[in-house]
Amino acid sequence: MELLGLVNYALFMAIFICIYALLALGLNIQWGFAGLFNAGIAGFFAVGAYTSAIISTPPADGRIGGFDLHFVVGWIAAMLAAALVAWPIGKICLRFRSDYLAIATIGIAEIIRLVIKSEPALTNGARGISSIPRPAGDLAYMESQIAYLVIVLAVLIAVYFLVERQFNAPWGRMMRAIRDNEDAAKAMGKNVEFRRLEAFIFGAALMGLGGALFAHFNRSITPEAIDPMVATFLIWIMLILGGSGNNRGAILGAAVVWIIWSVSEIATDRLPTEYAVQAKYIRLFLIGLMLQLVLRFRPEGLLPEPLRGDQRVTKSGTDQS
Amino acid sequence: MLELDQLVMDFSGFKAVNGCSFRVEENSITGLIGPNGAGKTTLFNLIAGALQPTSGSIRFLGEDVTNLASHQLFHKGLVRTFQIPHEFHKLTALENLMMVPPSQPGESLFANWLAWGRVKSSEHDVERKAYETLEFLELSHVAHERAGNLSGGQKKLLELGRTMMTDAKLVLLDEPAAGVNRTLLRKLEAKIEILNKERGYTFILIEHDMEMIEKLCDPVVCMAEGRVLIQGDFQTVRSDPQVLEAYLGETTGDAA
Repeated sequence: MELLGLVNYALFMAIFICIYALLALGLNIQWGFAGLFNAGIAGFFAVGAYTSAIISTPPADGRIGGFDLHFVVGWIAAMLAAALVAWPIGKICLRFRSDYLAIATIGIAEIIRLVIKSEPALTNGARGISSIPRPAGDLAYMESQIAYLVIVLAVLIAVYFLVERQFNAPWGRMMRAIRDNEDAAKAMGKNVEFRRLEAFIFGAALMGLGGALFAHFNRSITPEAIDPMVATFLIWIMLILGGSGNNRGAILGAAVVWIIWSVSEIATDRLPTEYAVQAKYIRLFLIGLMLQLVLRFRPEGLLPEPLRGDQRVTKSGTDQS
Repeated sequence: MLELDQLVMDFSGFKAVNGCSFRVEENSITGLIGPNGAGKTTLFNLIAGALQPTSGSIRFLGEDVTNLASHQLFHKGLVRTFQIPHEFHKLTALENLMMVPPSQPGESLFANWLAWGRVKSSEHDVERKAYETLEFLELSHVAHERAGNLSGGQKKLLELGRTMMTDAKLVLLDEPAAGVNRTLLRKLEAKIEILNKERGYTFILIEHDMEMIEKLCDPVVCMAEGRVLIQGDFQTVRSDPQVLEAYLGETTGDAA
């Protein structure tokens, strides 16, 4: 029984790692490729989660939908909705320099959270949306977990290849050039404003997809889940720790940080209740400490940004800067 | 080819360029000299579209381009380099060149997913051209080095290389010789001359190295306090008393 519990726990953790890896890949496009400081990941996550929830739940009283459509439709709609929301935001905010962009996106994510909380006709308000169908959710508990992990993993692998293709392609090269030197990229004929918007929307669509996968896994979504701590900053830590500009780094970072994050929860839960509440902050401290250590001793992350794909084997392939 | 008419750039009260007019003829190498703060680089920024002039107009190839942005001007054949090297530091030297050619199929997200074959064949051509350019600049050995790790002179060469990756008509070079050692400098001069003679590039060249100006440039335009002081061949400009005054009048003593 103990072993079974452990397996279940591992499955649970693996599913979360996949979902977070998707979010980190989305952020890697925005920050790692394009240098856009998006501190409002939670906003796009929420848009994706709620869109898919509304589309795939059975009809409900007192709110729009649900439309009872297939979950795949929901996931695609989640990406489209997140992209659609990102478009005007990017149009307005991408003119700001990085630090201002961060402030603007934090604000926008907060606006999205408040809208979700206070528009019951759309989102069922604070109670959230429940009975979201989970793919293969009719199976027994463990089989269902395994099936969902397979689905999420397949999505992650597909997305990884789609994103990795862009990194080495002229599009990715252009984005990295814009990130490295905006003025020179302009002087070399690149439409920086438009390209940034492209990267912002691309990344946001993946964040929306991540949100949808999260909602379907939990079978419900509430405004509580759109906490900037776990839906924005944790993902930033994953990307920086894993290595921004490196897609494998983003995935590795998601795994490492999530394992520490969730194992530390077990540890603190074992403490007597009077300490357990305070121990919660130890977890935040632990993650913060790890970030400090990485930034001090390995500022490029666990896996630094690679040189152009097929040249990784050259002697300069290991970055010495 | 390029006509500047009464350009003014007013930085809220400080007129860095103040009524500057001159013409650049096709296939010439125009030298732009003048003491520090004469407005040379600001003028470049205006021509290249990095700044919008307060008043005045710029015509390029017979077309009014005064209010075009730099990426639009690039597509018309106007390419610039920067006084301080603006390399893409995390990209390799090769990639620095490969990103330049305009309208590559792989610059579209969808083409990279759906038409990879077309992207790859274009990449193949671009890569070959980039290798040729690196070889021309004698930078082949650092092709896969991050551009940020190159020396100052190599970065300057790389900037010049970027102008060779597209069908440039007018190239603006901002102090190509600054910080470049003598041997490399002679090499750079030779490259500029070849590009001018063989590829038909027109150059405007800001430079403090008078040897280089004398060797390459005709005509020479001398600027001071945001306007053109005198324009002519090197000897005329050098012996003009106004020019001497403009340089020597500067207490900084930076007479070239």
